[in-house]
Amino acid sequence: MHGLPAAQAVSDGAGRSAAGRNGPRLLVAGSRRFRIGIASLAGTLALWWLLTSLTGLIGPHRFPAPAEFWAAFVQIAVDGYAGGTLLTQAWHSTRLVIMGFLVAIATGVPLGLVMGISHRAEALLNPAFLLVRPIPPLAWIPLAIVWLGLGDAAKILVIWFAAFVPSVINTWTGVRSVDRTLIEAARVHGASELRLLREVVIPGSLPMMFTGLRLSLQASWTTLVAAELVGAFFGLGRVLDAAYRDINPPMIAVAMLAVGVLGALTTRLVAVAERRLTPWRS
Amino acid sequence: MAFMTIAGRAPHPRALLLLSFAGAVLFFGGWHLLVATGAVSAQTLPSPVTVLATAWRLAFEPFAGHTLLEHILASLGRFAMGFLLAAAIGVPLGLAMGRFPLLDDIVSPIFEALRFIAPLAWVPFAALWFGTGIGGPVMVIFAGAFPPCLINAYRGAKLVELRLVEAAQTLGAGGLRIMAEVLLPGALPSIVAGLRVSAGLAWQSLVGAELIVASAGIGYVMVQAQSNLAPAIVMAGMLSVGAIGLAIDVALRRAERLVRARWGQT
Repeated sequence: MHGLPAAQAVSDGAGRSAAGRNGPRLLVAGSRRFRIGIASLAGTLALWWLLTSLTGLIGPHRFPAPAEFWAAFVQIAVDGYAGGTLLTQAWHSTRLVIMGFLVAIATGVPLGLVMGISHRAEALLNPAFLLVRPIPPLAWIPLAIVWLGLGDAAKILVIWFAAFVPSVINTWTGVRSVDRTLIEAARVHGASELRLLREVVIPGSLPMMFTGLRLSLQASWTTLVAAELVGAFFGLGRVLDAAYRDINPPMIAVAMLAVGVLGALTTRLVAVAERRLTPWRS
Repeated sequence: MAFMTIAGRAPHPRALLLLSFAGAVLFFGGWHLLVATGAVSAQTLPSPVTVLATAWRLAFEPFAGHTLLEHILASLGRFAMGFLLAAAIGVPLGLAMGRFPLLDDIVSPIFEALRFIAPLAWVPFAALWFGTGIGGPVMVIFAGAFPPCLINAYRGAKLVELRLVEAAQTLGAGGLRIMAEVLLPGALPSIVAGLRVSAGLAWQSLVGAELIVASAGIGYVMVQAQSNLAPAIVMAGMLSVGAIGLAIDVALRRAERLVRARWGQT
């Protein structure tokens, strides 16, 4: 039973962040790979224009032409759509993700530390955790809405659930992956329990913790978009939903792009934090 | 007493088992007492007994058009379609990208750009293109399941020793044969690991898609129960979603172990 979460955390981390870290080779501007990549993206854009604007093979009710996409972008950026401009909607969603994510870290990391440090605490808490863990974060959305309605509180609750489990598991696995020789060496040299925690256990488990945070953040975004699609007054998911109900494909595409860009930016933010806090790894 | 037991002696297994038992009793007992004493209204949080009873009742009694079992079957059907489609496209494409750098250079930028869009954000287009019945949800599942299939096949193919590929080439094997008989077996452990991650994401995406657009399925049950303000049914749905997700994961974990024993180097 003790080996189970460890294996899960490790393979999830490797599987999902694989392309980001050791998938593509290094991109150097001007290299052959870079030139082909640019050509590939340009080709895709050209194909888009060819299929929509030029030949009309894909009708405007299925996928927007570049000009329509641009018009929708200008409309939401300047006049707003579904109750706000792109900036206010995006900020609303981002703020919710940050709040839910912070609450999840503040609760999940300490719990993971306790479960990693003490076998007794692990044994006591594991049954409840094992019950909650297999339930996907998205499945909490209806319950959150029943409890808290369609406002921000329900969204934060759902994001908390989504980000909580990966931060607990990875912190817990991280603590267990700390080299035991280091811990014993520190003990032999008379380090107090608190110092041991601060100077050996926590730094040693930071890399694993960050894998957990990255997974948590991805889960937070996915879950927020879903929660806003199920029901919300505001936010990018609400834009997506409104555009779907209005059968407005250009606006759907703009909202999707915004979701993707924000997700990428926040992931980048965690990567920067990781480099700052674990300088010895690179 | 040292509170850290990571470096010290671990407590006796029987003591730990007792603690686990106490933990479970505390969790369920506390939950039940919270409702039984009226501290939390049963309208907000039904007791664990009510949730189990509701799940049992729904197994035979139709809700939102079908019994719970029929909804689960509908969900599993969509899950299988989306997941198999993702594997059928993602794995060969990943292997080919691992084999041919040019293809890798062409596909990677597009793939990396699309990957950041959350699978659930595809729901509106999926519904617009393929309808809300089967096609739409299947496309969303596909969007969730595709990336790990491709990435792991790609990494697996990269792990296959070039010597083996070259040896096969020297012996006159064609491109397709190299992929099927050299790259595929070599990459299999990595592929199966990817399939497991991908199945988990597919199941989650399915539930999400059904919450938003569907007329049957386990997610639809939950969203209907939500609008009827019936938390017991919502939680029965969560229980089934968790149980099925766990069952899928356990089955694929077993498959992974078998494959690793048969084809793995480690």
